[in-house]
Amino acid sequence: MADTTPQAIEVNCETGIVTTRDLTADEIAAQAVAAQAAADQKAAADAEAAKVAADKAAAQAKLAALGLTADEIAAITK
Amino acid sequence: MANPTMTLIASNTVGSGGVSSVTFSSIPATWTDLVVKYSTRTTISGISDDVYMYPNGLSTNSSGIQIGGTGAGTFSNSNTYAGGFTDGSTATSNTFANTEIYIPNYTSSNYKSHSTDTVLENNATASYMALQAGLWSNTAAITSLQILAPNGVFVQYSTFYLYGIASS
Repeated sequence: MADTTPQAIEVNCETGIVTTRDLTADEIAAQAVAAQAAADQKAAADAEAAKVAADKAAAQAKLAALGLTADEIAAITK
Repeated sequence: MANPTMTLIASNTVGSGGVSSVTFSSIPATWTDLVVKYSTRTTISGISDDVYMYPNGLSTNSSGIQIGGTGAGTFSNSNTYAGGFTDGSTATSNTFANTEIYIPNYTSSNYKSHSTDTVLENNATASYMALQAGLWSNTAAITSLQILAPNGVFVQYSTFYLYGIASS
């Protein structure tokens, strides 16, 4: 079975030596935490974007109900 | 800066098989500022993902915000590690995202700020670009920088460059 352990590269800026090694268990755990943090952050951003889009659509619907045309709504919401 | 210079300190091109992270270690304290540039693509399923930058290998005490565009709209929100974006596996084939990070006064005993300019490459409506501002609330001098793909690995031919800026 092939070795599927993620690898890391370290470039020593003083010596120029490049080392490629397997991630340690701690580093793999830290990467999992980072992945979860990234997922959480993306979910929060997506939720915020969805709320903004929903609020915009609701506002446009209310403006239309007041009698504004689509062009008039576009003109004031750009 | 009376006569600033920008010097390549180190670089790396990812080989076959890919890697989860690239670390520039033992960064000399001889420069005033640092610039990191990278061109990346990862194996994550999707057109993009965040990239994390850990000063001195630490994921703690980092905060950041970003503003950007998606191709169809705009966004502004927090981005803790402010390491820019990377192309994912479903972005246009053989394209790579580009990111530049500027870190002023990296040896200072104050907290260290950085700014990030990042753009995804995808030949479609959906693509991303952003400006990010980050703060590492730690007083230690930065002696290493770890660039991490939190999901998947950086694929072959992803490139990483570290430059030193001298103020005179």
